[in-house]
Amino acid sequence: MITIITLGTNIGAKSREDGRAFDELRNLKIEAGVLERADGSAYLEFGGNKVLVAVYGPKESFIRRFQRPDRAYIRCRYNMAPFSVDDRKRPGPDRRSIEISKITAEALQPAVILEKYPRSVIEIFIEVLEAEGGTRCAGITAASVALADAGIPMKDMVVACAAGKVDGQVVLDLSEVEDKDGQADVPVAILPRSGEVTLLQSDGNLTTAEFEKALDLAIKGCNQISEVQKEALKKRYGE
Amino acid sequence: MIFVNDKDLVVPGEILAEEDFHPGRGTFKEENKICSSVVGLVAIRNKKISVIPLQSKYIPKRGDVVIGEINDIRFSMWGLDINSPYSGLLPASEVFGKEKRELEKVFKVGDVLFLRVIDVDEVKKVKLGLKGRGLGKFRGGILIYITPTKVPRLIGKKGSMINMIKDKTHCDIVVGQNGVVWVKGQTEMERIAEKVIKMIQNQAHTSGLTDRVREMLAELTGEEIEESKEIPEDLDEAEELEGETDENNNDQSPDEKEEDSSVEEDKNLPQEIIESKLNFNLKR
Repeated sequence: MITIITLGTNIGAKSREDGRAFDELRNLKIEAGVLERADGSAYLEFGGNKVLVAVYGPKESFIRRFQRPDRAYIRCRYNMAPFSVDDRKRPGPDRRSIEISKITAEALQPAVILEKYPRSVIEIFIEVLEAEGGTRCAGITAASVALADAGIPMKDMVVACAAGKVDGQVVLDLSEVEDKDGQADVPVAILPRSGEVTLLQSDGNLTTAEFEKALDLAIKGCNQISEVQKEALKKRYGE
Repeated sequence: MIFVNDKDLVVPGEILAEEDFHPGRGTFKEENKICSSVVGLVAIRNKKISVIPLQSKYIPKRGDVVIGEINDIRFSMWGLDINSPYSGLLPASEVFGKEKRELEKVFKVGDVLFLRVIDVDEVKKVKLGLKGRGLGKFRGGILIYITPTKVPRLIGKKGSMINMIKDKTHCDIVVGQNGVVWVKGQTEMERIAEKVIKMIQNQAHTSGLTDRVREMLAELTGEEIEESKEIPEDLDEAEELEGETDENNNDQSPDEKEEDSSVEEDKNLPQEIIESKLNFNLKR
């Protein structure tokens, strides 16, 4: 018989599927500089998610119509491996992954100092090896570590985290089961120093009060993740 | 108010100081706070805070000497890969003067050249030139790519590090400011030089590097460490670290530094290069 003891401020709240408190994140591990041939890379484990990100560039843009004379542009590809989910996913881009690629690039753009590299391109490849809910946030978090590892100048490191509503209760960081059974999912990406929001999506039904609570909770989660990001980068250079 | 110490490792977005400090390279100012924009080491020089990046791409600057590989031949110019987000252009007029000749007959795709950046315009179009001492085509040898910010560390103070490698491996070594290193010597010595250069790149941010390089060289070449007395020990190390940050910090000194080393390399250039160099300057 295994008994699960939850610590923290879970008093009075219904316990969650995996025994977490309402404002508790899943286990998070980030490693920077895992790929030798990429300019920058990061590997992230977030609960049951496993995400690998490679960054190439800034390099010369060979697609002329994307070139901007005054700044670089970010090209992002989010891809889920066929074996990343329980039922095999058909390989190749689909509607969902195209959307996530776009929002990831847009979430990262405000942080990167693009003016420093006119006419060039920065390419980000996000590969989801194992998915368990919240991969878009995991992807953004890992991508900004990989960008920093590539030596690309940034105003801040973008960090993302989701909050949502499960069983009528607003909770932080939904797992796959909670996402499917829950009533709402709110992924948020912020620049932690200034608190600027670079990504905000909302799926499901929330009252105004609930939405605000979810947003606050997600931002709190982002700030926690941000510390892990910084640690990962410092660890890469032996500190 | 300052929140970091000299040589601290910082990450993008970290607040370094408030008020009465000036933002240098690798930093930016937001309201009255100075923040870092890259992963790197802090360098504080009289009220000016910079961050020396640990990883970067080469941004061409006028006057730099670089090593490039030809990857394109156009109607009146060569296109070169200079290990940068921007490709270099070598106009035919730089090589022939007014005379017109077939470009393929002079340099082929894949040839490696030692060039000077003549001009970089606002859209980062890089114009290269071959006129100058020691510039020209390399024959043979291998190319090693390192991070451009680590070039001053590889050269060392007044070329101490690179000269040590040259002495021990008996290789000819030329370092371009774009982080491309050309090495020519005996095959096994080339390999040793490559290993040592890669080691310097990976450990450039640590102290006591000169000693470790010396040990590694001695071990790999099988020579004894007896010659270590020619360089005074601890003092030299401290100075060199200092030197490294200075070169990165001050916009002026890298140029001088490289000027120094390229002139110094001139003497050691293989005969072919000097010959080929003479061939280019047809005007004379």
